[in-house]
Amino acid sequence: MIISYALDFAFICFGLGLLLTLYRVIFAPGVGDRVLALDTMVINTIAILALQGMQQGTEIFFEAAMVVAMLGFVGTVAYARFMLRGNIIE
Amino acid sequence: MVMEIIIAAFLVIGGVFGLVGNYGLIKLDHPMARLHAPTKATTLGVGGVLIASMIYSFAFEAEGSLHELLITLFLFITAPITANFISKAYLHRHAHEETLPEPNGDTNWAVLERPEWSPEPEKTQEG
Repeated sequence: MIISYALDFAFICFGLGLLLTLYRVIFAPGVGDRVLALDTMVINTIAILALQGMQQGTEIFFEAAMVVAMLGFVGTVAYARFMLRGNIIE
Repeated sequence: MVMEIIIAAFLVIGGVFGLVGNYGLIKLDHPMARLHAPTKATTLGVGGVLIASMIYSFAFEAEGSLHELLITLFLFITAPITANFISKAYLHRHAHEETLPEPNGDTNWAVLERPEWSPEPEKTQEG
């Protein structure tokens, strides 16, 4: 009982966080902030996937969260490299 | 009942830290300061949620799982790397030699160093 309330609270927190990062992606003062906001968005998505898996009692969302984490890391590194060099694979 | 309270506490802690980290991304006013806020969301926010999920699987499901530890570990490893990359890109784009403090030792800032050999600029091939 208490867990379902806590789950709802965490869902609301991370959902609001996603909205805040979306605002930051759209109205960013610089390119670096945009990349940072996208990275934070990926992290929020991982948390929401973990919460969803907990709510429904399945293990399926774990794999999705893992894949999202890895792709988010690779994507952020690629973006940062593009900012540094203007090129990703030289 | 005790287990439920522990799990709920971890969930609430994770949610609060996630929200604070994301709010800091908007609130802080210097780009390098903004880099600081989302790391809290990564380590404490997602960490709390994944620990809660782990305890939940041990307490209420048929067999417990330690899978979530993998994601936590992966995030703990990659978060400093991405922060370092983004800050280096920021330095590369915005910092000038006059505004940066003198580094210790005889090496200069790696961002400011120009390579001795640099390739010829490629000719763009446009149809």
